[in-house]
Amino acid sequence: MTIQATDTSVRASVLVEAAIEHAFAVFTEQMATWWPAGHHILEAELAEMVFEARVGGHIYDHGVDGSESHWARVLAYEPPHRVVFSWDISLQWQLETNPERASEVEVRFVADSPERTRVELEYRGIERHGEGWEQMQAAVGSPNGWNSGLAAFAHRLGS
Amino acid sequence: MTALGDPTRRAIFERLADGPLAVGAIALNLPVSRPAVSQHLKVLKQAGLVIDRPVANRRLYSLDPRGVGELHAYFDRFWNHALRAFKAAAEQRGEESP
Repeated sequence: MTIQATDTSVRASVLVEAAIEHAFAVFTEQMATWWPAGHHILEAELAEMVFEARVGGHIYDHGVDGSESHWARVLAYEPPHRVVFSWDISLQWQLETNPERASEVEVRFVADSPERTRVELEYRGIERHGEGWEQMQAAVGSPNGWNSGLAAFAHRLGS
Repeated sequence: MTALGDPTRRAIFERLADGPLAVGAIALNLPVSRPAVSQHLKVLKQAGLVIDRPVANRRLYSLDPRGVGELHAYFDRFWNHALRAFKAAAEQRGEESP
């Protein structure tokens, strides 16, 4: 995959040996089974991850201490072909409450055969997060820069 | 005020996300004058978000790849990692209930 440095979206795709309905269900309702461990913004340890399978629903994390983090809004839900959700996490790894400053993820499912599905993901609108861009820009190349911040984040969350 | 706190600058920045443009093209359909656009570009440049370079007899503006690339690379890694894990989960469960 080529990375275009001036692009503010990320595209990734994968071919899955599974029927389209199954691939869609695993991606959405069973998101907790594959979501990269540690990648949540709760203070507490993750107890469960919930995907509310409808437009207007949320994707949220439950902490073991009862805390909740609603980090995404389901913007489109068209099983088994397409799902779009917002990314309400700022570049400072805080919940973003202003929907205009959220980026979003669109996932499309295309049946290659009855047993094989191509899943295409686009993460876009990174620039909408605004201020983090500048902080990040200022931080690039400094000892306490973006990358070390990410490393600390990853470490704190145990990933 | 931060460079991207201004809606016009946000609009300019988002426009440049699609590729390099000259001032005239950036100003197209924006509700501000061309000199105002130049002023906004200057602020974005000073904030390290935009770079410019002379091409023929005009100046092309684009997003500064040093600022943009790091974050892009992070999310590129993240989503590719996530999709690999998703593939494994989808295929494993497929075997359990064929």
